[in-house]
Amino acid sequence: MTVAVEFDGVSKSFGDVQAVNNVDLKIADGEFFAMLGPSGSGKTTCLRMLAGFEIPTAGRILLDGADVSGLPPYDRDVNTVFQDYALFPHMTVAENVAYGLMVKKVGDKERRTRVDGALALVHLEALGARRPAQLSGGQRQRVALARALINRPAVLLLDEPLGALDLKLRQEMQLELKSLQREVGITFIYVTHDQEEALTMSDRLAVFNHGRVEQVGTPAEVYESPRNPFVAGFVGVSNIVEGALATRLRGNPMPFTVRPEKITLSDPAIDPPEGSVFIDGTVVEATYLGMYSRYRVDVDGAVLLVAGQNLDVDHGEVGATHGRRVRLHWNSRACRPLSESPAATDNIPTAGAVD
Amino acid sequence: MRTAGLGLKAAALGAILYLHVPIAILFLYAFTTEDASFKFPPPSLTTRWFEVAWNNADIRAALGLSLRVAFVAMVVALILGTLTAGAVWRTRFFGREALSLFIVLPIALPGIITGIALRSAINLADLSFSFWTIVIGHATFCVAVAYNNVIARLRRTSPSLIEASMDLGARGWQTFRHVLLPQLSSALVTGGMLAFALSFDEIIVTTFTAGNQQTLPIWIFSSLVRPRNRPVTNVVALAVVVLTFVPIVVAQRFSRRAEESS
Repeated sequence: MTVAVEFDGVSKSFGDVQAVNNVDLKIADGEFFAMLGPSGSGKTTCLRMLAGFEIPTAGRILLDGADVSGLPPYDRDVNTVFQDYALFPHMTVAENVAYGLMVKKVGDKERRTRVDGALALVHLEALGARRPAQLSGGQRQRVALARALINRPAVLLLDEPLGALDLKLRQEMQLELKSLQREVGITFIYVTHDQEEALTMSDRLAVFNHGRVEQVGTPAEVYESPRNPFVAGFVGVSNIVEGALATRLRGNPMPFTVRPEKITLSDPAIDPPEGSVFIDGTVVEATYLGMYSRYRVDVDGAVLLVAGQNLDVDHGEVGATHGRRVRLHWNSRACRPLSESPAATDNIPTAGAVD
Repeated sequence: MRTAGLGLKAAALGAILYLHVPIAILFLYAFTTEDASFKFPPPSLTTRWFEVAWNNADIRAALGLSLRVAFVAMVVALILGTLTAGAVWRTRFFGREALSLFIVLPIALPGIITGIALRSAINLADLSFSFWTIVIGHATFCVAVAYNNVIARLRRTSPSLIEASMDLGARGWQTFRHVLLPQLSSALVTGGMLAFALSFDEIIVTTFTAGNQQTLPIWIFSSLVRPRNRPVTNVVALAVVVLTFVPIVVAQRFSRRAEESS
């Protein structure tokens, strides 16, 4: 696998604010890579540094092995889909899409063929003569995509591109973006604060927090083995167990996390399977959610979240209701140890995952 | 929308009459046969003052000077105003907020203050009073108009348009030509027309910055004290009104169209 993009010790500060702090990342060629994090975590700044809109304060950014850190945007082989689409309001859809070819003085005939091809790629063949103001949000999104892809960049950057769309359209576009990426085979770097979006779409993702990368991995790796409390809490929902309860369950006070769906609820009279961790508690809240039910169970003062699939045909999972005594058990391997502080990722070789 | 009541209609009509009756009377006197003093109603009507005015070399020279000054002041104002607006929009620097105020100040200051200040400055710089000193004087307040129009448009323009253009491979000049300039075009027309109109009928600052040249407003002012051919002054005044009116109507049209398209 070849490396398309590399962040090598990249930092960026705006005045006193450290937006990005010593980020190391390697993104493989042809990969759908998500940068996930809350707002202000540095993910968008990283994207903008790669696009050339910001210059790093320290470190290097390599594109296909060449240092591009100081190059202006028009000299980089990357294109961006902006959060607000940034379509040129005084141009038609076709003129917007053709813009990259026009400024590079590509001939008329080739330009027309490629514009038609790009519009077909995003299913907007019929709308070339319209103005952006006459399009719906989803259509504008597609125009922005076609405009960015027509230059055949080495890497396509997407800055929360679905943020302005409603839920249903967003889910449709997620699938479409994913298949589009497979079709064109270009590296996609996708910035989002929506963990579900990142898990759904990406081949690998980086979780950002306070300007640092907390963890890099496939969606399954990050979800199943979160490295620290921040990742455990930000990617999906998790129980974080520490202190006395941790000692009681695993024999040492080291904090660990266990996902709610790994925990099984049962009658306190029933013996748990071999090799599992178990503890008894009282249901304080039971919420029926169709496919599964969510329970909050009080265990010696700590509350554990349990997600139980509603497999039973006659009545839901053990029919656990408020106030009922239950036994919680789960496979001991579902306990994932957490490093105490989020900053402890400094010495983790995040780059190693690619080569 | 509710229809206006009778009182409101009467008030609106009153305000319009109050503003425009004097101008109508001015127009009427341009056609009077009485040449020494203004009598109402005019004894009889004639168009011969238009011919007299047209054949008057002083008036032609004054009109020519006013048009040239207004045009050059407009161009200077558009260039300086656009560049300043661009700087204030794109970058952060010490005194950025104060700059807006200082640019607009010449419009708020009484013309006589601007005039005196400019006259001292021109004297101090040892410049001789000429066409260019008039242009400099007019440009001070024309820049404000151009700046205001351009900055207002820029503030409604998403900075990501510029970034998108660069991202797609356009260099600075291409981005300016294909994205920024089309975005600003209607603001430039509006600002330019207003600047032109402002310069064309300016008299106070002009009296301080002109040497022996007479712009059209100065010619009107000086001819008021002359007893003969009074209606010629009114003909010229009519021409000034028309020449000022056209750019203002154009400017309004453009700003309305820009409003609708954005």
